[in-house]
Amino acid sequence: MSVSETYVRYRQTLSEEPLAIGVLLVALWMAWSLVNGLLTGGIQVSSLASLVWDGLLRGLIIGLAGIGLSMTYSILNFANFAHGDYLTSGAFAGMATSYLVAGIGENSVGALLLVGAGGSVFGGALGIGVTTAPIAVVFGALIAGVATIALALLIDRFVYRPIRDESGIALLITSIGVAFALRYLLQFVFGAGVRGTTAAGSVPRVSVPAIDGTFRVTAHDISLVVVAGGLMLGVHLLLQRTKLGKAMRAMSDNEDLARITGIPTEQVIRTTWIVGAGLTGVAGYMFILWKGTLGFNDGWLLLLLVFAAVILGGIGSIYGAIGGGIVIGLTASVSVIWIPSEFGRAAAFLVMIVILLFKPEGIFSGRTTA
Amino acid sequence: MSATDIRGLIQGLFERDVTLVLAVLGTIYLLYVLAGVAFGYGLRGQLNSIANLTFYIGVFGMLALALNLHWGYTGLFNIGIVGFMGIGVYVTALVSKPPVAQGGAAQVGGFGLPLSVGIVSGVVVAGLFGLLVALPALRLRADYLAIVTVAFSEIVRFTMMSRTFQTFTVPDTVDLWLFTFDPAADTVGLGGGGGLILNYPDPLEALLRSLFLWEPYLGLIGFVERNYIPNNPKPVLDGVLYGVLLLIGVGLFYLLLSRTGKSPFGRVLKAIREDEDVANALGKDTDRFKLTAFVLGSALMGLGGILWYSSRGSITPPSFRPNITFFIWIALIIGGAGSNTGSFLGGAIFAGVLYEGPRYFKNLVQTAFELGDAPRNFGEAMAGFASLDPMPFVLYTLDSISQLRLVIMGVVLIWLMHNRPEGLLGHRKETASSVDLARPGSAESTGKPAAADGGEER
Repeated sequence: MSVSETYVRYRQTLSEEPLAIGVLLVALWMAWSLVNGLLTGGIQVSSLASLVWDGLLRGLIIGLAGIGLSMTYSILNFANFAHGDYLTSGAFAGMATSYLVAGIGENSVGALLLVGAGGSVFGGALGIGVTTAPIAVVFGALIAGVATIALALLIDRFVYRPIRDESGIALLITSIGVAFALRYLLQFVFGAGVRGTTAAGSVPRVSVPAIDGTFRVTAHDISLVVVAGGLMLGVHLLLQRTKLGKAMRAMSDNEDLARITGIPTEQVIRTTWIVGAGLTGVAGYMFILWKGTLGFNDGWLLLLLVFAAVILGGIGSIYGAIGGGIVIGLTASVSVIWIPSEFGRAAAFLVMIVILLFKPEGIFSGRTTA
Repeated sequence: MSATDIRGLIQGLFERDVTLVLAVLGTIYLLYVLAGVAFGYGLRGQLNSIANLTFYIGVFGMLALALNLHWGYTGLFNIGIVGFMGIGVYVTALVSKPPVAQGGAAQVGGFGLPLSVGIVSGVVVAGLFGLLVALPALRLRADYLAIVTVAFSEIVRFTMMSRTFQTFTVPDTVDLWLFTFDPAADTVGLGGGGGLILNYPDPLEALLRSLFLWEPYLGLIGFVERNYIPNNPKPVLDGVLYGVLLLIGVGLFYLLLSRTGKSPFGRVLKAIREDEDVANALGKDTDRFKLTAFVLGSALMGLGGILWYSSRGSITPPSFRPNITFFIWIALIIGGAGSNTGSFLGGAIFAGVLYEGPRYFKNLVQTAFELGDAPRNFGEAMAGFASLDPMPFVLYTLDSISQLRLVIMGVVLIWLMHNRPEGLLGHRKETASSVDLARPGSAESTGKPAAADGGEER
């Protein structure tokens, strides 16, 4: 495409889309005020770096959780509003395991399994942390994944499978019912209180020098990066090197055709749930380990950001979910440079809405399950 | 409308809906009165419980009707209802709260305009925000629209909570070209996390005063005080009266929406719901129709929010969590999307059984059996099973009924989607034609209206 053609095309877009001009102007203003702030010293490089680091980590969690959502969204063709509560379930299951491993013998098993409901045991006292209780954390992460897989398969068997052929909207509404039931069952069992789960004081940290200061990196940050990166790589290999990825792509394009071609669709769906829910559970656990508090609402509060990431990246695309997650995480964190900090999440939602308006197929457009 | 028309209308209603609505309402009220008798309520207690029930039936019925315009008629998947409700009541508060002197109490003031102005502006602004959401979002797929609307309602809540919008200082004079305003307000704002105290005149009193019924009403209160309820019956009677007014409001919503549904406008909406491309191909500007329907529904949701919260003493942002949206959705799905009568019935059943019912059930059980204190957490509840004693668990379950209520709602929603996705009255066949199509003397065509409501002839 020649330069003039591109130019004409952009001019057309601009005249047809008054909103596009607005978005462009806002983007220009943001860039200018950032550069200006950095040059005049109104914004410190170190605080920017710290925001970026925080956003990156949040983005990894959102991306990891987003892979599962994206997979079920494209294969089963519905937006699973219960996904956030799968995340919370995984976090509770994993933390209960960690508490049990770290605190068995000194505390009552019941209190440990309930993750210290009502202040009976404190994560800080048990020394939950990746350096202080590594075995507990490894077991916790594993059980978080396994428990979420079991939960997702159970729910799929009794809730989604009987209405597999219904429209995406019917399934979406059903998933809202699942979300309600799951979230408030968790509250029923584990209580409504938000508890601290890690020994936040004893997590090792280093100060990374930036130009005019330092920003902090903790051991939990590093473990989050390692786990998220490893799992993403694993999923990539799984979907690229096995027939599963191809089967999933075939199914998300046309389920009937896939079945005719001999793809065992129910089995693919089950595998999708297993991979997706496993990642979701681990993401929930790593999220809680990283932020250090756990409440029954956590997953639900994260869900909209996960949706934003999945839509941003394009439904069905694994890389899209990861990339979208990082963009959304960065937006939610870094946007506080320009707007009041209460609106970080609102900014992430706005990015999602803008993407939906201009490029509803996502920035990594097209369905590419893998 | 001539007298025969009206009679025909009434007869038609009786054949179908009124009996059903009255039966359901009668059953719910009877159960509540019986529960009140079991609790040993006097007249005051009974009236209180009835007023409370009526309030929730009213607001849920109203909001389900408004949602029915979006989802049932037009097929717009709006899960941002609570955002529009919040906008409605916050704008009403902002406009009608009395101004506070600068440097006075920390509470923010308002513009001190009459409540009627406040309500109208609340409804209008909710409608405008509906336009703001709908203009870009209506071209989206249903599930994307859902995510955008729920994100919108969360943005509204963040805005209510934010410190940035907590208070503003209004300048003493505002110069607008030829006019110079001198607003009475000094500081206005959304009040942040602490919310707003609704210190405008009581809406009920304002309404009655404007209708010159305030003095007679006070007389009635005096009469009741002398004869039936000895001390201070006013709050109870206020509640009952407000409930009755809400039911009248529901009636008006119903009339408006069923007229809308039967109008040519409403038929286009149904056509859009069934197949937007076909409606488009038939020369209807579907975007325009969807936009109008969305704005109208949003304004009605704003009004619903105002009627729900404006008679409370204060409003706080946590009241506007997405849960409320899903409550209204459950109500609509119980009743059946696409049917106005169904929407109201769904609202009533939801309010009476799922929303308020569990609490009454708990109180009933507690009245019937002398129960001890409930265990504080699930662990203690389960500990009873070690000694084969289920009582702690039962007590804990009863004690956490307000959370389990939401579990029940979720399960009911799943059950409905499995077994009766069309709800009680959804997808009822209705004639698309405005004249009677049945040929006199032809037995076959009578009583078989054309399938216009998406119902297929089977």
